[in-house]
Amino acid sequence: MDTYYNPADLDKFSDIGEDAPELWKKFSDWYGTAFQEGALSEREKALIALAVSHAIQCPYCIDAYSQASLEKGSNPEQMMEAIHVAAAIRGGASLVHGVQMKNVVKKLGF
Amino acid sequence: MNGKEGDSYKTFDRSLEDSGLFPLAATDISVFQINFGKLCNQACLHCHVEAGPQRTENISKETLVTCLSILKKYDIPTVDITGGAPEMNPHFRWFTRECTELGKQVMVRSNLTVIFEPGMEDLPEFYARNRVELISSLPYFLEKSVDSQRGRGVFQKSIQALIKLNSLGYGMDNSDLILNLVYNPNGAFLPPAQGAIEKDFKRELKNRYGISFNNLFTITNMPIGRFKHFLERTNNYQSYLNRLINAYNPQAAEGVMCRYTLSIGWDGTIYDCDFNQMLGLNCDHGAPDHINNFDLEKLKSRRIVTGLHCYGCTAGTGSSCGGVVVEDN
Repeated sequence: MDTYYNPADLDKFSDIGEDAPELWKKFSDWYGTAFQEGALSEREKALIALAVSHAIQCPYCIDAYSQASLEKGSNPEQMMEAIHVAAAIRGGASLVHGVQMKNVVKKLGF
Repeated sequence: MNGKEGDSYKTFDRSLEDSGLFPLAATDISVFQINFGKLCNQACLHCHVEAGPQRTENISKETLVTCLSILKKYDIPTVDITGGAPEMNPHFRWFTRECTELGKQVMVRSNLTVIFEPGMEDLPEFYARNRVELISSLPYFLEKSVDSQRGRGVFQKSIQALIKLNSLGYGMDNSDLILNLVYNPNGAFLPPAQGAIEKDFKRELKNRYGISFNNLFTITNMPIGRFKHFLERTNNYQSYLNRLINAYNPQAAEGVMCRYTLSIGWDGTIYDCDFNQMLGLNCDHGAPDHINNFDLEKLKSRRIVTGLHCYGCTAGTGSSCGGVVVEDN
């Protein structure tokens, strides 16, 4: 194994089902349904997936949902704004824990 | 999951067999598409014709006279004129008028910017007088996307051309002058749902520039010609072809445009479609392959010449010169 992440491995995702087919089927059905058009459009769902992909820093997901977002009609400006939302939440989540730091400091101090 | 079969790609004929459509045959001829040649004022990155300002292939009047005699003799309702930029051919206006006088529905695939070429300034009025239906490429409503695909400055010229066409009634409510736009992806991915992206185009072009049009056709980039070179250069060819193969849709295959279209080359050769034309794949399987030997009976039930590129017309909701093949709602 030369690298932990190989783009060709994305096509092997369904191989996961070989060792636990029932669980894979449940996951696949749920996954497929979650991305179907509903109260949100398929385009909106692909953008959410793209943003989450960046938040969890999943190279497979970034590959898949960059293409999916383009194929659902999003443009690079919209995709970059979605990534900024994910980054803002990640950054904000770190920063808001500063309140906990302040609580600890306050508790320990005079 | 991927489109490979053994060491090679799954052939298109094999996919047709699997869906009960082999051999693919024409059902009728309602569209007589003529490619006037490869001369164009643009040199777009996705162009399967590999057209450009330096190309010299151009249809002759003699060949057009033969086309007219066929159109006079047979009840083929639609004449679809493409190129290159067909307007740059010296016989374009004469031929268009003749077709109109024959009562044909005349469609011209115009790149929009050609009206800013010397001597072409009155083309919009010419189109309007002859009730020509226009089908014009505008791959996106953002300047950056359009110019990266079609060349610097093309977007702004296209917008000015659309404003001019609107002023003559093209694409406007309560007008019978039809202006359809064509979207194609700005790279190695499939087009979005036609209905959804049409709404975006209508909203954005109206809000940004006050432009109206009738319909948006989404067209898949064909893995041939200049676009194939791009795919190979960027190491995207294999994944793109697999994307098309995996998205094969039998419903789209059933409705592909070659089943009701004839494609005529600038030298009078007959092809099943403009893509086969660019690959040099003449009509075959016993059908005539030149207008000098035109035989409607043989052509309208001919077997179609197929290849891997045909997956471009059958992926997802399909792709044709008139947009999707299967309605995507």
